[in-house]
Amino acid sequence: MNVPDDLLYTETHEWIKREGENVRVGITDHAQSELTDVVYVELPKMDRQANAKEAVAVIESVKAASDIYAPVKGTVVEINKALEADPGLINREPYGQGWIFVLKIDNADDLKNLKEAAAYKKQIG
Amino acid sequence: MTEVAPRRTPLCDEHVRLGGKMVSFSGWLMPVQYTSIVEEHRAVRNNVGIFDISHMGQLIAEGSGAREWLNTMPTNNIYKLDVGMGQYTFLLNERGGIIDDLIVYRLDDQKFLLVVNAARTEEDFAWLQNHLKEGRSLDRPSGGLAAFAKATATGETAAPCELTNRSANFGGVAIQGPRVLDLFHALFGEDTKLPTRNHIVDVPFDETTVSVARTGYTGEDGIEVFFPANDAVRFWNAALENGKPFGIKPCGLGARDTLRLEMCYPLNGSDLSPERNPIEAGLGIFVDLTKPDFIGRDALLKTKEIGSREKLVPFRMKEKGPPPRPHYAVFHNGARVGEVTSGTLSPSLNYGVGMAYIDAAHAKIGAEIDIEIRGQKFPAVIEKKPLYKKSAS
Repeated sequence: MNVPDDLLYTETHEWIKREGENVRVGITDHAQSELTDVVYVELPKMDRQANAKEAVAVIESVKAASDIYAPVKGTVVEINKALEADPGLINREPYGQGWIFVLKIDNADDLKNLKEAAAYKKQIG
Repeated sequence: MTEVAPRRTPLCDEHVRLGGKMVSFSGWLMPVQYTSIVEEHRAVRNNVGIFDISHMGQLIAEGSGAREWLNTMPTNNIYKLDVGMGQYTFLLNERGGIIDDLIVYRLDDQKFLLVVNAARTEEDFAWLQNHLKEGRSLDRPSGGLAAFAKATATGETAAPCELTNRSANFGGVAIQGPRVLDLFHALFGEDTKLPTRNHIVDVPFDETTVSVARTGYTGEDGIEVFFPANDAVRFWNAALENGKPFGIKPCGLGARDTLRLEMCYPLNGSDLSPERNPIEAGLGIFVDLTKPDFIGRDALLKTKEIGSREKLVPFRMKEKGPPPRPHYAVFHNGARVGEVTSGTLSPSLNYGVGMAYIDAAHAKIGAEIDIEIRGQKFPAVIEKKPLYKKSAS
């Protein structure tokens, strides 16, 4: 399973990429392979404020709906509209075109609560 | 409730070896998928797929009194079965509620095979066993075939019937899809005849004998094959090997669910329950109310007379959007009229589809309804069965 070293991770299988004051968020290769066949993505509303671990998006596979959580406290400043037409991007390019939203983070210190690649690898075994 | 380790079918190691994603289902460790639900679904619609159905229960009723007694239990008419035929039917409680839906096959003059849902096997067996031992239902102690195993007042004893649960010693697979005929001949020889629809035959296979039924749960042509548990791995691998030229795929419970839902075949525990009867479920044709007696008959006659309050209807979402799921609320003109019992994205139609119990007044083909998904209403329309038609594709 692909777990890039330059990203941060949550226990709930989101990946986080630091981009200055913002973070880009998606779900991991492991998560997409567990879900398989993503058929619908409910994106967060723009400008929505969210606390860490608050559900902000929903990914639906054939089988079930899964919540996607904000990894840290922040405000939604960008959403990936391409997923509305092609939710399969999450399966095909989980770390690329399959990103879900960008958060402007309240406090960069919060990122310390996230997992490094090694710790996430250990979690998924 | 205590956690009990899920049971393993004789094919469990094969599923793991093939990369099956194993989940606990009805007390069994089963593959939900191997590669992708959508791919497996398409294999069955376009070529052929194989499913492990060894978790399903297999009960045998046998004896000179088997036919007569069995006809007093499920809803359909056992007397319509010639040797080698099967029929879809229900076991009901006294209130007419559905304990299980099953297929009864007549294997020979005096022997019947009941293929029941995995989760209900023990319950069905106990229910049948109790009625066999104690005669008829408690609410009609003198009705119908009183005291089957007991001597009656006049000293007669009913003809014997023995009930056995062979589930632990038997397995089964379903092979489904338009290329099943090719695979059947590759497995059993060019001269072996495929049984006709709803029929079952014994066929020699590699120094053993398997039972092949022309039945299924996918809407495609297909067979269900039953064999002793010891033969399961050999048969499974032979089917996969011989099926290669026809594009066979091992298929999990995920595809089994999307395939059956496109056909509006009910799933017990979701669309059927002890609180629902076959008439509400739109499956009255599998109930023979002209039979003099079977458990639940009085309750069904009453339902027929006063009409069902709710009906199970298939529906399709009108727009691309989130798929419907069980327990979502159904609305009509802003008023709540029912609840979804099954829902998914249909891989064949690429729209959300489902089934819901809704107020009988609104249960009309073509009626517009709304499905509430996470607080938002999405338009849907009530459809005719089945939701997916082969010719329309």
